[in-house]
Amino acid sequence: MVKLDSKIPEGHISEKWTNHKFNMKLINPANKRKYDVIVVGTGLAGASAAASLAELGYNVKAFTFHDSARRAHSISAQGGINAAKNYQNDGDSVYRLFFDTVKGGDFRAREANVYRLAEVSNNIIDQCVAQGVPFAREYGGLLDNRSFGGAQVSRTFYARGQTGQQLLLGAYSALSRQVGLGKVKMYSRREMLELVVVDGIARGIVCRNLVNGEIEKYSAHAVIVATGGYSNVFFLSTNAMNCNTTAIWRAHKKGALFANPCFTQIHPTCLPVHGEGQSKLTLMSESLRNDGRIWVSKKKGDMREPNDIPEEERDYYLERKYPSFGNLSPRDISSRSAKEVVDEGRGAKGQEAVYLDFEDAIKRLGRKAIEEKYGNLFEIYETITGENPYAVPMKIYPAPHYTMGGLWVDYNLMSNIPGLFVLGEANFSDHGANRLGASALMQGLADGYFVIPYTIGNYLAADKPEKLSVDHAEFENVKKQTEDLTKKFLSINGKQTVDDIHKRLGRIMWNKVGMGRNENGLKEAVNEIRELREEFWKDVKVPGNDKDINQTLERVGRLADYFELGELMAVDALNRNESCGGHFREEYQTEEGEALRNDEEYTYVAAWEMEELGKWKLHKEDLQFEYVKLSTRSYK
Amino acid sequence: MSGKHLNLKLKIWRQSGPQTAGSFVDYQIEVSPDDSFLEMLDELNNKLESEGKEPIAFESDCREGICGTCGLVINGQPHGPIPKIATCQLHMRNFNNGDTIWIEPFRAKAFPVLKDLIVDRSGFDAIMNAGGFISVNTGGVPDANEILIPKEIASASMDAAACIGCGACVAACKNASAMLFVSAKVSQFALLPQGKPERFRRVEKMVKVMDDLGFGSCTNTYACEAECPKGISVTNIARMNREYFLAKVKSKELEV
Ligand SMILES: Cc1cc2nc3c(=O)[nH]c(=O)nc-3n(C[C@H](O)[C@H](O)[C@H](O)COP(=O)(O)OP(=O)(O)OC[C@H]3O[C@@H](n4cnc5c(N)ncnc54)[C@H](O)[C@@H]3O)c2cc1C
Ligand code: SF4
Ligand code: FES
Repeated sequence: MVKLDSKIPEGHISEKWTNHKFNMKLINPANKRKYDVIVVGTGLAGASAAASLAELGYNVKAFTFHDSARRAHSISAQGGINAAKNYQNDGDSVYRLFFDTVKGGDFRAREANVYRLAEVSNNIIDQCVAQGVPFAREYGGLLDNRSFGGAQVSRTFYARGQTGQQLLLGAYSALSRQVGLGKVKMYSRREMLELVVVDGIARGIVCRNLVNGEIEKYSAHAVIVATGGYSNVFFLSTNAMNCNTTAIWRAHKKGALFANPCFTQIHPTCLPVHGEGQSKLTLMSESLRNDGRIWVSKKKGDMREPNDIPEEERDYYLERKYPSFGNLSPRDISSRSAKEVVDEGRGAKGQEAVYLDFEDAIKRLGRKAIEEKYGNLFEIYETITGENPYAVPMKIYPAPHYTMGGLWVDYNLMSNIPGLFVLGEANFSDHGANRLGASALMQGLADGYFVIPYTIGNYLAADKPEKLSVDHAEFENVKKQTEDLTKKFLSINGKQTVDDIHKRLGRIMWNKVGMGRNENGLKEAVNEIRELREEFWKDVKVPGNDKDINQTLERVGRLADYFELGELMAVDALNRNESCGGHFREEYQTEEGEALRNDEEYTYVAAWEMEELGKWKLHKEDLQFEYVKLSTRSYK
Repeated sequence: MSGKHLNLKLKIWRQSGPQTAGSFVDYQIEVSPDDSFLEMLDELNNKLESEGKEPIAFESDCREGICGTCGLVINGQPHGPIPKIATCQLHMRNFNNGDTIWIEPFRAKAFPVLKDLIVDRSGFDAIMNAGGFISVNTGGVPDANEILIPKEIASASMDAAACIGCGACVAACKNASAMLFVSAKVSQFALLPQGKPERFRRVEKMVKVMDDLGFGSCTNTYACEAECPKGISVTNIARMNREYFLAKVKSKELEV
């Protein structure tokens, strides 16, 4: 029987974490080395966790499918990282960051977790600076900040347009130090394929050595999974090519609850699809919306060049619909509005794209000013599209970007399977139905540097889990199960390639489980996903063998998991008869087309238990809003 | 966008494993000029897979020029003909209809080929493990604004920190030297006050592992800088040499 207990500590919100830290059991320094911890994933969350735990004295085994920890997807984050330092003296505080994050998440996150996130945010900046992360600075030598993602205070720290890179390299260097000291054993080019659960407790993992194909078994006293998000279920997204859901999905199939799978974030300013060969989508910084004006033609099917469309025939639809926020309307609203005009047949030159135009800004501020502000981004745009955005309006379109959903965890970041902890984008914890800009980096590092080092100690001290030998029958079973699955993939020998099928799944997800969702569409999606899944299992083709590097084999396993997750995303979206944050059910909107929450019935976390494929049981974790009063957003 | 398709002849290095000999294999392909270089390889692989043939093994991840995973030698140049971009940022509109394109892995003694176009760059990690860090544990550090760092210094440190660890510098160098990569890391930390306490220890340890792993020595040809996708400057190498010299002097002094 699964029982959801969020384990939120007692006391006033500002004292919960402090009290909890005091009440937790400790392991004395000499005894920590008697404990082994597996960390899967070495992005911001995993690398910071692995390094911090090793510093404390635990024996850490760290796994990544990349050739090096430095390649994790965290590296591509551009914008920045939030913290409540209030260095700018502009009224920021832990409480305000907490407030903004709860509200930004459209009241679907746990207050206690969000408060802790805001509380430790300041320590993160201190830590990163001490590691030598070269954040941007003022002439006086102090740290510089900017405002980001609609916040009314300047609380975002950044390192040029490469904040994620610098933070990850910081965590990676801390990790490297521990590898050098022998406290972390690094297993790169390993893909976790299964979680091993014995007597209801997480005991270890089984993974594939991606170089020689060996299926390997590893056991430990606790397992941490920090494997990132699942936006690639849409095939095209801003995520790196290899991001996938396998680790958390296979853990879900072993009993871990999956929370709010339908909460996905679609980013409004990405480069549009250029053709069939498109492999991924590129994010263009949101900052462009500060000066660019977004428009499409008023006419359907207008094939004219943008510069040939006269002013009076253009529809600046965001400015028209949301006069006070205009082009800076929140991510979900701008994304949906773009899809609406494209669905009406008014996309740029008939394509799935809208214009982002700098003509007025150049007239107003001069080309030089625009160059100074956005020169770098304009160059990227030109490299990719071959078009000059100073002369011709940019084309942009929304793309899947971030997944708020993930494995359910309690306040200690432990899943419902004792001994399995989940960090970073892979868990569901802090962003509710919508993540604010510059908050994912903060969460990943909060989890890894400042939360897990405490909570895992408490688990090990209180529960005293035993480490099993990898010769235990269950490890053997799981290994066999994994090998059988590999054989199965290799033996189907159908006619379609993995990517061709993945693209078709992506299309279903994008059209029916994407930005705008409705009951009929979601029901159709479930059926279509099932049909396509059946076709996949009969007709996919995987060349090569399982004894060396076989990238098709890597991808086919990930796709198999996306098929199952995709169905659950639709099921979750269908269950949630309301619109909130990134989840927009067309049936539930205000007259102005705004998301209409249903707080009476849906102020809960939907945590799904898999009974069998296609059959999930819903567990609800009710959310209480004691400090931030439930209210409706308005951006009119 | 969407000009005419390009017909290209590809000569691609195929090698089934580290121990086997490799060779160039010819392929013919028609691509859109809007495709990226790696999308062209995706399309070729998709075609090979649909014919039941083994696709060409190559690596990439972010496809935005930041993770450093991709890296091919294209017509003899690491990351291809356009300066200051990674392989994944190269687009087919930079080629002409009828071109023949040679595609090879990064080659260096310290980067053994694992399969086709994939090489093992774990030597870079080994160098990092030896000293590519500032020795601070999590927690117990001063407030971030207690350390004042002049904007110019932070900016110079960031210039060096921009290295993506791709290894093109090694592939470009006739000696397969890793000096540009190592010096970028050494410089990032040596410039910052936080990095000063262990600057000598750091440079000695990193250089030692670099040498042990079989990376070659630097003879100042600057091919590395020319091919570096992030424009990492060879002035970093000069700085590292200074740091290394000072470190040696210091350790001599300590011996006395
Ligand atoms: C283009 C882009 C820009 C962004 N910009 C920002 C920004 O400005 N600010 C912000 O706050 N957020 C931003 N985000 C979001 C943020 O980057 C991510 O949410 C965050 O970095 C995720 O970190 P993570 O550690 O949870 O996972 P990741 O960094 O994705 O790391 C996952 C790790 O798990 C490993 N892994 C996965 N599966 C397995 C497996 N089965 N076996 C072994 N290893 C596995 C991977 O190898 C990797 O090491 C951006 C995202 C994108 C796509
Ligand atoms: S110095 Fe340049 S070429 Fe060398 S690894 Fe770094 S980014 Fe790549
Ligand atoms: S794939 Fe990341 S740099 Fe090219």
